[in-house]
Amino acid sequence: IIWLIRFILIQNRAGKTRLAKWYMQFDDDEKQKLIEEVHAVVTVRDAKHTNFVEFRNFKIIYRRYAGLYFCICVDVTDNNLAYLEGIHNFVEVLNEYFHNVCELDLVFNFYKVYTVVDEMFLAGEIRETSQTKVLKQLLMLQSLE
Amino acid sequence: MALKIVKGSIDRMFDKNLQDLVRGIRNHKEDEAKYISTCIDEIKQELKQDNIAVKANAVCKLTYLQMLGYDVSWAAFNIVEVMSSSKFTYKRIGYLAASQCFHESTDVIMLTTNQIRKDLSSPNQYDTGVALTGLSCFVTPDLARDLANDIMTLVSHGDCVKRKRCSVLIMYKVFLKYPESLRPAFPRLKEKLEDPDPGVQSAAVNVICELARRNPKNYLSLAPLFFKLMTSSTNNWVLIKIIKLFGALTPLEPRLGKKLIEPLTNLIHSTSAMSLLYECVNTVIAGQYCSSVGSVVLCVQKLRILIEDSDQNLKYLGLLAMSKILKTHPKSVQSHKDLILQCLDDKDESIRLRALDLLYGMVSKKNLMEIVKKLMLHVDKAEGTTYRDELLTKIIDICSQSNYQYITNFEWSVSQPVTPHPPGISVSWWTIRVFAVAQMATLLDNAHLLTGSMQRNGICEVLYAAAWICGEFSEHLENPLQTLEAMLRPKVATLPGHIQAVYVQNAAKLFATVLKSQEGNTDSTTAQETSQLMIDRLPLFVQSANLEVQERASCILQLVKYIQKLQQKDVEVAEEVIALFAGELNPVAPKAQKKVPVPEGLDLDAWINEPPSESESEDEQPKAIFAKEEPKHSRPRHTEVDEKELARRREARKQEQANNPFYIKASPSSQKVYQDAPGVEHIPVVQIDLSVPLKVPGLPMSDQYVKLEEERRQKERAEKKKKEKKKRKEKRSGRGKKHDSGPESEEDITPAHMVDIVTEEMPENALPSDDDDKDPNDPHKILSLHFFGPFQVVVSVIFENKCDSFLKSMEFNVLDSLNSKLQRPEGSGPHDGLTVPFQLPPGVSNEARFVFTVQSIVMPQKLKGTLTFIVKDSSTHEKLDFKLHFTCTSYLITTPCYSDAFAKLLESGDLKGSSVRLEGVNMPFHHLLARICFHHHFSVVERIDSCASMYSRSIQGHHVCLLVKTSGQTVSIDAKCDEPTLLGNVLDEIKQTFSQC
Repeated sequence: IIWLIRFILIQNRAGKTRLAKWYMQFDDDEKQKLIEEVHAVVTVRDAKHTNFVEFRNFKIIYRRYAGLYFCICVDVTDNNLAYLEGIHNFVEVLNEYFHNVCELDLVFNFYKVYTVVDEMFLAGEIRETSQTKVLKQLLMLQSLE
Repeated sequence: MALKIVKGSIDRMFDKNLQDLVRGIRNHKEDEAKYISTCIDEIKQELKQDNIAVKANAVCKLTYLQMLGYDVSWAAFNIVEVMSSSKFTYKRIGYLAASQCFHESTDVIMLTTNQIRKDLSSPNQYDTGVALTGLSCFVTPDLARDLANDIMTLVSHGDCVKRKRCSVLIMYKVFLKYPESLRPAFPRLKEKLEDPDPGVQSAAVNVICELARRNPKNYLSLAPLFFKLMTSSTNNWVLIKIIKLFGALTPLEPRLGKKLIEPLTNLIHSTSAMSLLYECVNTVIAGQYCSSVGSVVLCVQKLRILIEDSDQNLKYLGLLAMSKILKTHPKSVQSHKDLILQCLDDKDESIRLRALDLLYGMVSKKNLMEIVKKLMLHVDKAEGTTYRDELLTKIIDICSQSNYQYITNFEWSVSQPVTPHPPGISVSWWTIRVFAVAQMATLLDNAHLLTGSMQRNGICEVLYAAAWICGEFSEHLENPLQTLEAMLRPKVATLPGHIQAVYVQNAAKLFATVLKSQEGNTDSTTAQETSQLMIDRLPLFVQSANLEVQERASCILQLVKYIQKLQQKDVEVAEEVIALFAGELNPVAPKAQKKVPVPEGLDLDAWINEPPSESESEDEQPKAIFAKEEPKHSRPRHTEVDEKELARRREARKQEQANNPFYIKASPSSQKVYQDAPGVEHIPVVQIDLSVPLKVPGLPMSDQYVKLEEERRQKERAEKKKKEKKKRKEKRSGRGKKHDSGPESEEDITPAHMVDIVTEEMPENALPSDDDDKDPNDPHKILSLHFFGPFQVVVSVIFENKCDSFLKSMEFNVLDSLNSKLQRPEGSGPHDGLTVPFQLPPGVSNEARFVFTVQSIVMPQKLKGTLTFIVKDSSTHEKLDFKLHFTCTSYLITTPCYSDAFAKLLESGDLKGSSVRLEGVNMPFHHLLARICFHHHFSVVERIDSCASMYSRSIQGHHVCLLVKTSGQTVSIDAKCDEPTLLGNVLDEIKQTFSQC
């Protein structure tokens, strides 16, 4: 058991991956399998359900925003509520950064989304939770382009 | 050249950028795969160009495709090229691609080492940033080894806080891949726990929590530091981690629990963050803090708030935590039964199921009826869902758990249409069978009410039992003819085959009973009518597709036809028909088998064929198979004599094992099994109260029973109180018995769960088995280093003055290494020498002691030092250089070890092996052994001819085991140790000893 994030996924309802960040090493086939399984597990659930679901030996903590599912896979003993807050924090940063984020923003700027993830999570741990600090750093990075 | 660049940029104008690719994919929804394969061809062309911008663009597109699930591993080298671009924008694309696509088997990774090193030490913090994030994804053991130092430099000397923080976070990944880096890095990591920057501090907390999670006992010494952080930090994330860490530490140090309870309850009271609250509650109820009932009550209160919340997540987690409390404090949860029952109405099924689980554990003798009654209401509501099936299963589980121990009123249970009544159980309810039969008959009569939905679920199984009971105990039926008629209704044919079969068979039994009662009458036509009924109805079953039904039905049909013929001749047949089914089925107790005497001359434990003798199987790897089977053999099965006999055999076997040097025993845990094998004697025998009327017409409402039960209880409670008073008096008089097992103690409503505390008895020389439950394949196990350090090592140095002059003002100094440091008095610098507290006249020797702190004992150390002194006569300063050699051997302590403990140690699989060969050793074997014992602090465990096993232990508790064999002048040493580095060094030192002689 480790208290680390195994992976972060953003998928739409159709199962298209919008972001896949892996903090454990999986081979390519395994990654695709995980993506499909998570999609199958998460999309069947609706609003009346809880935001977590057991998945293999782990659990998926997810939140749905419009047509997108933001999923974090962690150990079953880990703190569900903390990661739910983490997801929401992440979405708020995206919203601020892309000014009312929509799915297309994530598609056309997919590498920027990875930058946002990397600013907030690192090596499976939370790196920074302050939205202002993250946004400041993101703007600095953008100015370098 | 210029032309080439111009050409490159013209080409670029026609390249697709990422946006074009994304749009293209969206426009080719029908033939996406085909479109992408053309794109990949284009990308391959782009990668062939020299222009780095084109390449970066191509790699960026590839990363997108990789995310969609396409294989891009062929472009690994191009990714490395883009990573090494000096322009940050491209570098970032390269690193992103690498972190998405690279894994340990990507061979080009080794090309990146220098580039990453360069980026880590780049003055540009953004370069460092991407390098660190990239590295965290694709770090390999090689990269970890080569770059560990660079990362440590960033940790300790980084001027930029962000960089420092990232490099601390990534340390855990490095430790995982290259465990050797942990020891030297740890002191610096520890410092960061008190870093002024909260970000760096929280990063360090994260990493240390992760490490401590792997091996908590080595981090106990950090508890005070974490305690301080816990009471001072305001970062919820850090607090959650620390609380988790304490959750892992308290089992090792129970005193921590007491200390923590106050800050934890403070947090529970004060925090507004649900995540933190939940973590605190979870830690409190994890079991280490049970002594404080107040805190459990507080937790239950808080959980109630969670469960009452409209947020599904909180509700769910609240119920989950509740079920944990239930295990230790069932009483405090039981008082919230109403709340839990409310959750059965929730729209989320997972919440309903959680609530059901909880109810299962909350059931006691007192509330069983009430809970089941409520559940039955829900069964009606949940008509036609899978949840209904789940509910029914749960009700059955609830009623039947622990061998029906909570059912105090079996009649009530029989009246529940869903409780399971396998025939065996009805038989054991001997005393109430009359009642049961009546109930079952009613049930059969009303079976059509159940049949609507019963194909899907387990309800029809109850008919199986009902039919059997009515048939077998048909003499108790009030109106057997009616029941017989009910059993032969055409609707029965829709039931599953195995149930129909029982119906047919038992219809025959009933028929016999009916015949008997009718033949007594003067009017013989009724008996003939009954036969006719059988003959009319049975053909339906003869046509059944189920073989069993068909066979039984046609047999019985022929029989009835024959009977009818006889009846027409006015022959009395009832007695003979009844004889077909004669013989009463008596209840069989679960342990009845034990009472059956074993036939004389039959020894079930004797081998039928001679087993292969164990001493012959030398070359086979001795396994624990035999020992594992032992508990099965030793369970008491037969008579007293056999028990003794078994004990004798066991003793003999043990003796043999003990004498067999090649027998490796199983771990102690498997040996203890037979000592506390659960005895069947503990199955509770339920007292049945027959004071209620035996005949209840129709299916009675279950609440009637609740009422009856309540009355009965009140009565008994009153009686019990009287008795208790008496008992108390007895106790005061000093002769209180432990338990009075009269009928009232049966009524005692005990908590639903008993916690069994099994103390493991361990043989004196057994090895601590705290590593038992570790998975040897666990990749994190490598981090389970013994981290007791730093150690203090006292070195005594003998100074001998061999010259003719008087020596004074001696100063002893050593150049510290990272691992070993001379302890100097406070206030002195790291390079100051220590004064030797004496002077030396000519020809005199004296001893002085110096203390060193040693971080790790697994590596030998050579410290350079100097001794300065003044020669009295000439008043000149002189200097003497020396080397202090800290061998690994010097950390070993001669520890005796018994051969069975030694065998257990080898068998445990925790030790890693290594071996060494010594050539040309020309000395007797016992000299050789003596030498190893003397110089390297080993003890001989066992010696057989030219082979000996030896053992020693380090001051940190590492086990070192040797198997020394000699033949001619060659000595081979096979060694095992839980610390491979230490072992390697010890073997080197042994080799050294023998090369000198």
